[in-house]
Amino acid sequence: MGKKESETGKPHFFDKPKNIKILFRVFYAVLFISFVFEFFIHKHTYFRWEEWPGFYAAFGFVAFVVLILAAKYILRPIIKRKEDYYD
Amino acid sequence: MINTVPPAIIFILGALVIPLLKGRLKSAYLLLLPIAGFINLINIPEGTNWIVQFLDYELIFGKVDRLSLFFGYIYHLITFLIILYAIHVKDDLQYVAGFIYAGSSLGVVFAGDLLSLFLFWEMMTFGAVVLVWSNRTRKSIAAGFRYLLVHITGGLCLLAGIILRVVDTGSIEFGFIGLQGLSTYLIFIGFGINCAWPGLHAWLPDAYPESTIMGAIFMWTFTTKTAVYVLARSFPGTDALIWIGAIMTVFPIFFAVIENNLRRVLSYSLINQVGYMVCGIGIGTELSINGTVSHVFCHILYKGLLVMSMGAVIHRTGKINCTDLGGLYKSMPLTCIFCIIGAASISGFPLFSGFVCKSMVMEAAALGSMSIIWFLLMFASVGVLEHAGIKVPYYAFFSHDSGIRTKEAPLNMLLAMGIAAFLCIFIGMFPGPLYSLLPYPVDFDPYTPFHVVGMSQLLFFGAFAYLLLVLSGIFPAEIRAVNLDFDWFYRKGAKVFMIGCETLNNIRGWVQTLLSKFVDETMKHGLDPVYIPALAARYVQFKIARVFFKEKARDYEFKFRRIQKMGESGMSSGADIPRERIGFSLILALTLFFLYLLVYLIFYLPEKL
Repeated sequence: MGKKESETGKPHFFDKPKNIKILFRVFYAVLFISFVFEFFIHKHTYFRWEEWPGFYAAFGFVAFVVLILAAKYILRPIIKRKEDYYD
Repeated sequence: MINTVPPAIIFILGALVIPLLKGRLKSAYLLLLPIAGFINLINIPEGTNWIVQFLDYELIFGKVDRLSLFFGYIYHLITFLIILYAIHVKDDLQYVAGFIYAGSSLGVVFAGDLLSLFLFWEMMTFGAVVLVWSNRTRKSIAAGFRYLLVHITGGLCLLAGIILRVVDTGSIEFGFIGLQGLSTYLIFIGFGINCAWPGLHAWLPDAYPESTIMGAIFMWTFTTKTAVYVLARSFPGTDALIWIGAIMTVFPIFFAVIENNLRRVLSYSLINQVGYMVCGIGIGTELSINGTVSHVFCHILYKGLLVMSMGAVIHRTGKINCTDLGGLYKSMPLTCIFCIIGAASISGFPLFSGFVCKSMVMEAAALGSMSIIWFLLMFASVGVLEHAGIKVPYYAFFSHDSGIRTKEAPLNMLLAMGIAAFLCIFIGMFPGPLYSLLPYPVDFDPYTPFHVVGMSQLLFFGAFAYLLLVLSGIFPAEIRAVNLDFDWFYRKGAKVFMIGCETLNNIRGWVQTLLSKFVDETMKHGLDPVYIPALAARYVQFKIARVFFKEKARDYEFKFRRIQKMGESGMSSGADIPRERIGFSLILALTLFFLYLLVYLIFYLPEKL
C-alpha cells in the first residue's frame, strides 16, 4: 500500500487508518441505535416471532452467517472448477 | 390529440433508419427515438386499439390498460437512459439490435393476442442474441449460440402451447389463462424459460456476462421483465408461482457468494430479484401484484444502475473479476457513489427505492400467513445485501488496491447513471407518484416505524456479520475459477452427444468400407461372372487339398490363382466367353416386350375401353 501511495501522490480516504476508525464507530452507533429504537415504537406484526425483541437483528446476523458458511463449505466444493474447464 | 401508432412500431421501424445516419444527427436521432416513443405512448387511449384481421383471427397490437402502460413507461425510460449511457459507442449493430429488442418487448407488452405475442417474443430472442454476439469474442459467440438454443426451445414450447390452445378454445385472445390442461402448461413453461425459473435459468448467467457494455443493460432489463409481464397477465394467483418465485429468490444467492465475475454476480442477483416478482404474481392479491409491478419499475432502475456502473468499470479498465479489481474509488469516485446508491436501493435500505417496492410482496406473503415463504424471502433479502449490496461495490471500488489508476467514466455515462441514481433515491423518499401509476389502488405505507426499524436491523446486523466474518478470516476469498451451473448439463451433455455422434460416424465408416470392398469384389468378378462358380470350386479344392493331400496343394493353388487372375483382369481368354450374346439377349428382351405389348393391345385394352 505504502508504495502505491507514493506513486499516486496523495493518500486517499481509506488509506488513512483514522478515517476507517471513524467509519467503524459510526457503523457501531447505527447498529446500537437500530437495536434500541425497537423498544420505543409501536409494533404492527403479522407473526408472533416478530414480537420477540431483536428478532430482525438476530435473523439478519444468523442468516448472513448461514449463507456464507453454506456457500463456502457446501456449494463451492461441489461446483468449483478450473478457469479453463469448458475450453 | 395526435394520431398514435403501436409503441413497438416506433422502435422497430426507427431502428432500421439508424445505419443511414451519421455523426451528431445520429446521436440526436438515437436520443429522440425513445422520447418520441414516450410522447406516442402517453397519447394512446386506454382500451383495445389496432385490430388487424388476419385469416380468421384478429391480431391486436394495442391492448392498453394500466398494467401494459406501466411497463411501457419504464421500458421507454430505461431505453432513453441506455442510449444516453452508450451514446459514444460507434457500432450501429448494437443500436439496431437494442431498439429491435426493446421494441419487440413493447410489442409483447401491448399484444392482445397470442399470435402477435409469439412473433414479438421470438424477435426479442434475436435482438438479444445479437447484443451478445456484438461483443465479438469467442466466448460471447459460443454463449450466444447456447442462448439461442435455449430460447428457441422455449419458443417452440410456447408455440406448441399456443397452437393447442387455439385448437381447444378457437380464440387467440391473450388474457387470463390459468393452469389447466396441456396447452396451458406448455405456455407456462415457455414463459418460465424466459423468466429464468430454477433449473431453466442457466442461460442467464451464461450469456448475459458475455454481452457488450451497452447490450448488458438491455438484457438485464427486457427478457425477464417481459416474462414477468406475461405471467402477471395470464397466470396471476397460480399457487405454483409462489414456490417457484421463493426458490428463485433463494438459490442464486449461494452461487453469487462464491462467484468471481461481477457481472455473473449481477446475473444471479437478477434471478433473485425476478423471484420476488414471480412470487408476488403467485400470491395474486391486489397488494402483491402492485408489489410485483412496482418492483419491476424500481428493479429496472437500480439494477440498470448497477450494471451501468460495472459497464463503466469495464469501459475504463477492461476487467470485471473481483480478483482483478479493487481500489477504484480513488480514480472513479462518482461511478463508485452511483454504484453504492444502486447497491443500497437493491438491498432495500430505507429511503432507497428497493425499500418501498419489495416490502409490498413481503407484506402480501405475511397477510396470507405464508410463514415459510416469508422466511425464504427474508433470507433472500439478506442474500441480496451480501452479493449486490456489499460484494459488487466493495470488490470493484474498495477491497485491496489493485493498483489500477484510470479516469472517471465519460460524461454521458455519468449523466445516465446520475439520472438513474436520482430516481432510485426520489422513489425511495417519495413513493407516491410511483404508487399512483400501479394497476390497483394502493393502500400501503412502507414508512411505518416498525418496518423501518425491522429492515434496518436486518440489514445492519447482516452487514455486522459480514464484518466479523471478514475480520475472522472465514469469509471465502475470491478465487479465479469457473463455477458450474445447470448449463453444465447441456454444455457437457453436448460433448457426450458429440462423442456419440463420432462413434456412430465411425460405425458408418466401417460399414461403408466393408460395403465398398464387397462392391469392389463383386465388380471384379461381375465382369466375368461365369468364373465365380469355378473360382469357388477351385478355392474349396485348394483348401481341402492343403489339409489332406499336401503334395497336390501347390498344384491346386496355382489353378485357383490362375482363375482368380483371369477373373480380376476381366480379360480372360476371350474365346471362352460369348460376349456377343449380350447383344443377342437385348434383342430377345426387346422382342419379348414387343410381344407383351401386342398381347396387351389385343386382349386387354379393348376390355378397358
